[in-house]
Amino acid sequence: MAAPEGVRAGAEVRLQGLTKLFGPVVAVRDVSMTVPAGSFFTLLGPSGSGKTTTLMMIAGFVHPTHGVIAIDGSDVAALPPQKRDLGMVFQSYAVFPHLTVAKNVAFPLEIRHVPAAERRHRVGEALELVRLRGYEQRLPRQLSGGEQQRVALARALVFRPRVLLMDEPLGALDKKLRAHMQLELKAIQRQLHVTVIYVTHDQDEALTMSDRVAVMRDGRTEQIGAPAELYESPVSRFVADFVGDSNFVDAVVVSASADGRAVVRAEGGLELRGTARAPLQPGQRVVAAVRPEKIVAHEPLGADLNRCKGVVQQVVYAGDATRYSVAVGAAGTLIVKLQNRLASRPLAPGDLVALAWDPGDTRVFSHED
Amino acid sequence: MIGAEGQRTGPGTIALVAMAVVVLAFLIAPVVIIVLVSFSGADYLSFPPPQLSLRWYSRFFGTSVWRQSIVVSAQVATLTMVFATVLGLAASLALVRGRFRGKGAVYALLLSPMIVPTIITAIALYFFFARLKATGSILAMALGHTVLALPVVVIIITATLQGFDLRFELAALSLGASRLTALRRVTLPLIAPGVVSAALFAFLTSFDELLIPLFLAGVEVQTLTVRIWNSLLLEVDPTIAAVSSFLIAVTCVVLGASAMLRRRTD
Amino acid sequence: MKTDGRHVWLLLPALLILGAFFVYPLFGILLRSVYKNGYTLESYRQVVRTAVYLTVLGKTFEMAALVTVSALLLGYPLAYVLATVRPRLARLLVVIVVLPFLTSIIVRTYAWMVLLGSNGVVNQYLVALGLTTAPLKLLYNRAGVVVGMTYVLLPFMVLTLASVMRGIDPALVRAAHSLGASRWEAFRRVFLPLSAPGIAGGTLLVFILSLGFFITPALMGGPSDIMIAMLIEREVEFTLNWSFASTLAVILLAVTLVGFAVYYRVMRLERLFEGLG
Repeated sequence: MAAPEGVRAGAEVRLQGLTKLFGPVVAVRDVSMTVPAGSFFTLLGPSGSGKTTTLMMIAGFVHPTHGVIAIDGSDVAALPPQKRDLGMVFQSYAVFPHLTVAKNVAFPLEIRHVPAAERRHRVGEALELVRLRGYEQRLPRQLSGGEQQRVALARALVFRPRVLLMDEPLGALDKKLRAHMQLELKAIQRQLHVTVIYVTHDQDEALTMSDRVAVMRDGRTEQIGAPAELYESPVSRFVADFVGDSNFVDAVVVSASADGRAVVRAEGGLELRGTARAPLQPGQRVVAAVRPEKIVAHEPLGADLNRCKGVVQQVVYAGDATRYSVAVGAAGTLIVKLQNRLASRPLAPGDLVALAWDPGDTRVFSHED
Repeated sequence: MIGAEGQRTGPGTIALVAMAVVVLAFLIAPVVIIVLVSFSGADYLSFPPPQLSLRWYSRFFGTSVWRQSIVVSAQVATLTMVFATVLGLAASLALVRGRFRGKGAVYALLLSPMIVPTIITAIALYFFFARLKATGSILAMALGHTVLALPVVVIIITATLQGFDLRFELAALSLGASRLTALRRVTLPLIAPGVVSAALFAFLTSFDELLIPLFLAGVEVQTLTVRIWNSLLLEVDPTIAAVSSFLIAVTCVVLGASAMLRRRTD
Repeated sequence: MKTDGRHVWLLLPALLILGAFFVYPLFGILLRSVYKNGYTLESYRQVVRTAVYLTVLGKTFEMAALVTVSALLLGYPLAYVLATVRPRLARLLVVIVVLPFLTSIIVRTYAWMVLLGSNGVVNQYLVALGLTTAPLKLLYNRAGVVVGMTYVLLPFMVLTLASVMRGIDPALVRAAHSLGASRWEAFRRVFLPLSAPGIAGGTLLVFILSLGFFITPALMGGPSDIMIAMLIEREVEFTLNWSFASTLAVILLAVTLVGFAVYYRVMRLERLFEGLG
């Protein structure tokens, strides 16, 4: 995503072999990634995955035990946070309670000895960007959470940093506001061409906002890629489960080809076709995964589809779609998500259904993944 | 921040820590020095002591007037402890459990001895008891100290009560216990550490007090602190160091007992 | 609010004792201050008119101010360290601060007399190390009193400051750094202003408490270092002028109460009472 003429693009951030130990606890383990300049990059993972620690190391608040952090090619390890010229939005906003909104946003400019007239102008610009014009003289305690959030953002952007770090900034907001802010953040990032490194445990957020996502678990990166890649081609059971929903069926490999395609048999004899990352051995224990929305409940024609029959157990209405729990014999239960629209007829508990889905939507994971 | 990662240990941090250490030393050194001086074998106050000896302690415990003062201090402090704890416990229960108007005013009144300069309280009591010809009385001193100790007791016990989950008592009531039984067998044992702690601090407040017993003292009836005061005006004798160390020891014992109690309940 | 009569009975003993042995005697002082062969404000007028008494009042305030400033200068760095180190270390530091605080004032004052006397520990070392030829006069003068009183009141300052400082979100200082502030700038622009309530509370508290001091200035001061509490004692014990002593006491009490009223507002102590429900 190249910046237009005259606009300074964000910096590229490169992590190499980044490791952090807190005593015997390994918080971050050999993390390497490249954040392209001007992109929106998300660190996604459950709590304890090391995503916040990684962000803190980039910011300079935590010292890496090993590894290199390079911003636009230069190693920043020797620089304390105040010299790294990065913008940061904290989870708790950290808006200075004793300063007005205007003084908060002007803070980094005062530190950089920007003359008063220019300061006023840029503070105005920044507040305009986050739609807080007119709030200049208010104190933080008079603001709502969302408004404080935006003050923190304006303050972090006013000095035109090349990288913006954000630590779960939207966690405390209600759902509607969060969705709104996600769009706003994305728009601001595109407008300014600043590199954003965003930490969250909310996979919806990660998918909606990011150009690239790094899924982290137990201090390691499980998969790095574009949201579509992560969703459609998860490399491990964890990613398949953490990003979006998946059905998992335990199975044993019947046959496998060199390009990763495999036929597996689940408990009760159900045979499924799918793809694995690496070639499998017959007899190997695996897990076959398929996402609920990939399954259809009518009987489509097609020779190569995975099919099975089952009985509807539970119906969960979710507004735009309905989730059905279907018992498929010894293989277990599959969750099927059907859109509520014209062509679909609603099912009831006890109904017999024939399910089908594309082997291309079926991923097979060995137990090491 | 001290010890915050990412920040270098610059000259600023070192100066800050050094300053803090100096102040800490300033705070603890006099106490330590007095204790050490009390074991000095020399005739004068020298530090460090050239040789160690218990002579000042034997002088202290060997002189009848000093011994008498220990008894006086102990008697007054014990009476204070009992009075202040009983009155304070009752008052705290009323403040925390009761529902009535003017709680703020009552609480303020109970705490007021803390804000009145002790010299004023001392002479007020002196005028009061002198007219009753009751100076030199252990009871008078105890009553004066009770007034001083009451705020401390109330603060500690109200905090304990506020931390006490009323549901324990309600559970006991629902199991059939009478109000008094519930109080006796559930509430009191659970708040006991706080009450004992308050009692210990009441004792200490009294034991350490100088101004009130100074004005209420009789010729024979002097607390330890008053006798130190009178000795100081005459000579600066190492025996006083021994007496002071004794007082410090009492403080440490009380603090230690209180801390142990708190740890047992955590 | 419903009145729960039962519990009010529990208050009676404490209130009775306080009434009889605190409120009533204080009232007695108030009465004595205006009674000298009839009700009169003569004593008060005497205080205001006589230079000596005004000087003593002035000296008292001056001493209180000196003590407050030195307690603040010494206490702020220590409070900062106390508030920002790990909890376990902080607890140990609190014990070191509180232990002398719980020792009798007479013991603490005596300790300083031992340290600061002409043959005291400090002078012995200064002479032995060759830093001075003759022992310095550190006792029985204003310096001695300031040292002694600061020593006694320092814990009040440290604990007040530390408690406010602990409430300052560390993320705020980190945010300042992320915005480019150096450690000094982050302190000056963010931490210091946010610690202001602690400074206000601590200085007020130490100042007010200093006004009523007797033991330390009496033992460690020189002939010209007279504070109002000492004057009160003199009037009671030597001059036997109870009425005048009462006048002085009322003046001291009035100033103290005004001081605490201001303190109350500054620290918003109403919160302390809120917990009672």
